[in-house]
Amino acid sequence: MAPKTMFEKIWDAHVVKGESGKPALLYIDLHLVHEITSAQAFEGLRLAKRKMRRPDLTVAVADHNVPTSDRDKPLQDKIAKKQLEILGENTKEFGIEYYDMMHHSQGIVHVIGPEQGWTLPGKTIVCGDSHTATHGALGALAFGVGTSEVEHVLATQCLVQARPKTMEIRVNGKLPQGLTAKDLVLGIIGQVGIAGGVGHVVEYTGEAIRDLSMEGRMTVCNMTIEFGARAGMVAPDETTFEYVKGRAHAPQGADFDAAVVEWRKLATDPDAVYDTLVEIDASKLEPQVTWGTNPGHVVSVTAKVPEPASFATVDEQSSATRALEYMALKGSTPIVDIKLDRVFIGSCTNSRIEDIRAAAAVAKGKKVSSHVSAMVVPGSFAVKMQAEKEGLDKILTDAGFDWRDAGCSMCLAMNPDVLAPGERCASTSNRNFEGRQGAGGRTHLVSPAMAAAAAIEGHFVDIRKWQYA
Amino acid sequence: MEPFKTHNGTVVPLDMVSIDTDQIIPKQFLKRVERTGFGQFLFYGWRFLADGSPNPKFILNGPQYKGASVMVTGANFGCGSSREHAPWALEDYGIKAVIAPSFADIFRNNCFQIGLLPVVLPEEHVRTIMARAEEIPGYKVTVDLENKKVTDSQDLDVSFDVDEFRRYCLLNGLDDIGLTLQSEADITTYEAKVGASS
Repeated sequence: MAPKTMFEKIWDAHVVKGESGKPALLYIDLHLVHEITSAQAFEGLRLAKRKMRRPDLTVAVADHNVPTSDRDKPLQDKIAKKQLEILGENTKEFGIEYYDMMHHSQGIVHVIGPEQGWTLPGKTIVCGDSHTATHGALGALAFGVGTSEVEHVLATQCLVQARPKTMEIRVNGKLPQGLTAKDLVLGIIGQVGIAGGVGHVVEYTGEAIRDLSMEGRMTVCNMTIEFGARAGMVAPDETTFEYVKGRAHAPQGADFDAAVVEWRKLATDPDAVYDTLVEIDASKLEPQVTWGTNPGHVVSVTAKVPEPASFATVDEQSSATRALEYMALKGSTPIVDIKLDRVFIGSCTNSRIEDIRAAAAVAKGKKVSSHVSAMVVPGSFAVKMQAEKEGLDKILTDAGFDWRDAGCSMCLAMNPDVLAPGERCASTSNRNFEGRQGAGGRTHLVSPAMAAAAAIEGHFVDIRKWQYA
Repeated sequence: MEPFKTHNGTVVPLDMVSIDTDQIIPKQFLKRVERTGFGQFLFYGWRFLADGSPNPKFILNGPQYKGASVMVTGANFGCGSSREHAPWALEDYGIKAVIAPSFADIFRNNCFQIGLLPVVLPEEHVRTIMARAEEIPGYKVTVDLENKKVTDSQDLDVSFDVDEFRRYCLLNGLDDIGLTLQSEADITTYEAKVGASS
């Protein structure tokens, strides 16, 4: 048999019907649903008088627009309330497992999928959200879709998909002390450019990837979409199996052992060939900070904001000029001189327990700068409980951070957590697009440790020099 | 879905690369539970000033582009969020086709789902259309999906590539889901084969 990449193995195993060169009918093992991109899909199903094929392979959660405080009080936002009510009604009507905002399994859809054991190696997973790429960290093929495709999966449990190309991103060497998966993925985006992955599914390989925890791998896969690739994957290994073992919806006991035997076969065959290869030297990376209005506008914390004239193409130059104007920054400003108003630690990129621990380690015994307002939003109710068990909430609140309930929060600011026009924020989220965290708001993407340190100092600092208490 | 065969319309040029879906439809307007009515919010942050009046500097507000139904723009159009609200907003505004050197994958997929045609042309031809749309008032192109061509009344005559399955669906206004349901027996066979465990 011809050698195959992991992507090819999973893809081929899920083709219901297909001819070479034509889009395939692909079976979907897990469909994750949330309140923003599903209402119109359920409505479409009803209008066409179609049934839902597999409610048992579908899980819904309230995450995008939920408030992160005062959940016991009535929702102020009437439209958010309506969207949540509609999701509640739809999941009831169609018989779908649903975690509403008071449920103990609630959280950001891309945090709870792996955490509750729904996300497993070898599965095909879709969700009406581009950060579905996250789930590939466990060796699944997971990608974001639009609402029409959500409806397609509700009705048929399948999607018509053109076969993407494959890209290997081989991360050689070890990440230096103080650097995280976030710095790694921002560094990758800086190297390949924000459209560098279009048309591809990425498999991350190499020593630095193997060394990452599951949380770290999820951070890397999560931001794969930020350079245009729909899915990122990491071959499952002992780290993966250890993570999955015992999770609520994962196979248990003998079933788990049998599953591991199958999951080991998913890894790319030694002689398999990818369409594209990118190599990264992890040992040369420094902590990363974005300065502009897309995730490719990124430099090291030791660098300066670039001058637009330093870019090679006219398109890049005009993009940089526009970005600097929006961000109210001048070229050649040292990154460490950028002062902040807000800090947001959260999102499907960086809100897992390891991220909260990193922020708490930095904040321990320190105080948030008097001109900064900082908040920590755990990715799930379970992450919140675990952090409180470890006393991390106390460390963070003692330092002056707000400690909130789980949700997407100020990553996309569809709930009350919003930047005011002109406010500048260090954020552990994934997108620094214009207005992303609030109209007129200015976002700089960083790791959780870099965000916590920036909150305390009031400006960016090099986390490698941090004096931990 | 309305069939798309050929369309002749005024071109509006949006000369920027990597326009993300957060710009096409900002998140504060995702709070609707219908598919319609998003056109009024298209490019909201760029199209309107803080007081809600039209921004005279934004190209879409130019009087010569009133009623434009073809948009020409830079590479990697539609990157970022998977929100189908972005193509819904373009379509609701009256855009029938978008011409660019490249599109983000999810956005392009979403366009095909609703009958909005994403046309990939080589950079040089995009530049030609962009320049003509900027210089010639009321400049129009014809996007012909049957013959896979973009033409204008001058010398522009350029072919484009499009997935045959997507072209077939668009030309005939076919519902993707309906087509898949014709393969229901295959899906059932597949589920039986793999045991379709949850």
